[in-house]
Amino acid sequence: MAGSSTVNQIVDHLFRHESGRMVSVLSRLLGFQNLEAAQDIVQDTLLQAMNTWGYNGIPENPSAWLYRVAKNKAIDLLRRQKKFKEISPQYSYLLQSEYTLSSTVNNFFLDDEIQDSQLRMMFACSHPSIPEESQIALTLKTLCGLSIHEIAKAFLTNDETIGKRIYRAKEKIISEKIELSVPQGKELPQRLDVVLKCLYLLFNEGYNSSHPDKLIREDLCEEAIRLTYLLTLHPDTNVSRANALLSLMCFQASRLQARVDDKGNIVLLKYQDRSKWYKPLIERGTVYLEFASELGEASSYHIEAAIASLHAVAPTFEQTDWRSIYHLYESLYEMQPAPIVALNKAIASAYAVSKENALEQLLKIKGLEDYYLYHTSIGEIYFEMKDKKKAKKFYETALRLTSSHQEQELLMKKISSCDAV
Amino acid sequence: MEKFMLIFQGGMSSENSSPEFMQAQMGKWMAWIEKLSKAGKYVSGEPLLPGGKLIKGKSKTVTDGPYTEGKEVVGGFFIVNAENYDEAVKLCDDYPGYEYGGTIQVRQVMKMDM
Repeated sequence: MAGSSTVNQIVDHLFRHESGRMVSVLSRLLGFQNLEAAQDIVQDTLLQAMNTWGYNGIPENPSAWLYRVAKNKAIDLLRRQKKFKEISPQYSYLLQSEYTLSSTVNNFFLDDEIQDSQLRMMFACSHPSIPEESQIALTLKTLCGLSIHEIAKAFLTNDETIGKRIYRAKEKIISEKIELSVPQGKELPQRLDVVLKCLYLLFNEGYNSSHPDKLIREDLCEEAIRLTYLLTLHPDTNVSRANALLSLMCFQASRLQARVDDKGNIVLLKYQDRSKWYKPLIERGTVYLEFASELGEASSYHIEAAIASLHAVAPTFEQTDWRSIYHLYESLYEMQPAPIVALNKAIASAYAVSKENALEQLLKIKGLEDYYLYHTSIGEIYFEMKDKKKAKKFYETALRLTSSHQEQELLMKKISSCDAV
Repeated sequence: MEKFMLIFQGGMSSENSSPEFMQAQMGKWMAWIEKLSKAGKYVSGEPLLPGGKLIKGKSKTVTDGPYTEGKEVVGGFFIVNAENYDEAVKLCDDYPGYEYGGTIQVRQVMKMDM
């Protein structure tokens, strides 16, 4: 064994990330319809790495080692199955001849091509004919290298549900003949929007979920950031709103550590220890927001990123520029008249305009009757207006609506402070 | 000091395990080997590929195999230094395969006193 190799030398999530890269490359090589064959090769490759590295130490360039093994397995498969015409028509003539087989496969594993394959995979996983929840599951499975069990755990559901979602996606890949390609021309902006939406939802799943496992939440956020970053590396997809989304994710992720206390309870923005906000991510968020503004455009991601940036630069909750935030929420509401946006707008109004105005806005919102945060917010306003009786009533409704232990604890604390005179 | 051979059966193959799991599993192997090396116990070790050949009889007939159950497949071996069986067995404490059905055969290497 190579004496110098230690466990710590291996990068976190190396297998997971390389799995995403290799599945993308191999699916492009073998054709997207053969996703399973690509996944099998990757599984075998990682298994081989696990067995040999465990004994002999980590090779000097672990990624190159994995690619070499995966490449050889792919070449073996192509040699064994000469009928790859139907599988990957663009490359079949190159893959059929022994003269060009190896070099063609090699070319797919060049850095630029790996990136390109991942990009194609993102568009394919977020194909509009695939239902949204299946898009997210498929993205996590193929691009992020999560197992069905891990996805199920992250989404607090069972393996069967996620298995079905992935199955549905795979059915669509076959029935719609979805190809691994980056859409061109007029189709590109629409398709890119679907990709961005999928990544936005993936991030939110990590950020907003009340998943008891902090690591799982962080992983989901990290994966969403990694893939959105990939979009900004390619000229076709490095558009203003991709930068805005990346900026938004960086700002939100900078607060991940402050958002949960030692016991795993969620800490509201108001009570967060701002010194725990991760500065490098705030800086990155600012840079991407600048790119996004330079490239000119105003998507909902721009507005959300701008709001997040105002929170990020505020020294205290009270010193936040609530007036600007309120105006941004007004613009966002015009763009997306969704009840959840109305809720945030109303909350901002409490600080930017008045508590009375906020309350009036809150009570007008329809469609959030089952959302605990809606009732919590109304409770908050009543509490601050010293109407503890009404506050308690809304806190109690909120308590019934949330299944998260952390939220329940928080609400119980609030309810008991309503009882205290 | 005596030499012992640790023969690993099963406990490693994991068809449905995730990349993250495999990396973690590998990390445990490496940590174990590192620990044995630092203590001067580890001599050598090799993993074995699945499959193989069997050669039998006077006619030296070659067949594919051994095709044993996944849990019986020998996945690799270590040679370690230990005073006696007790110590050799103790060295196996950190073997990461137990919880996945793996077993270790511990065999003492015969010393050829010339």
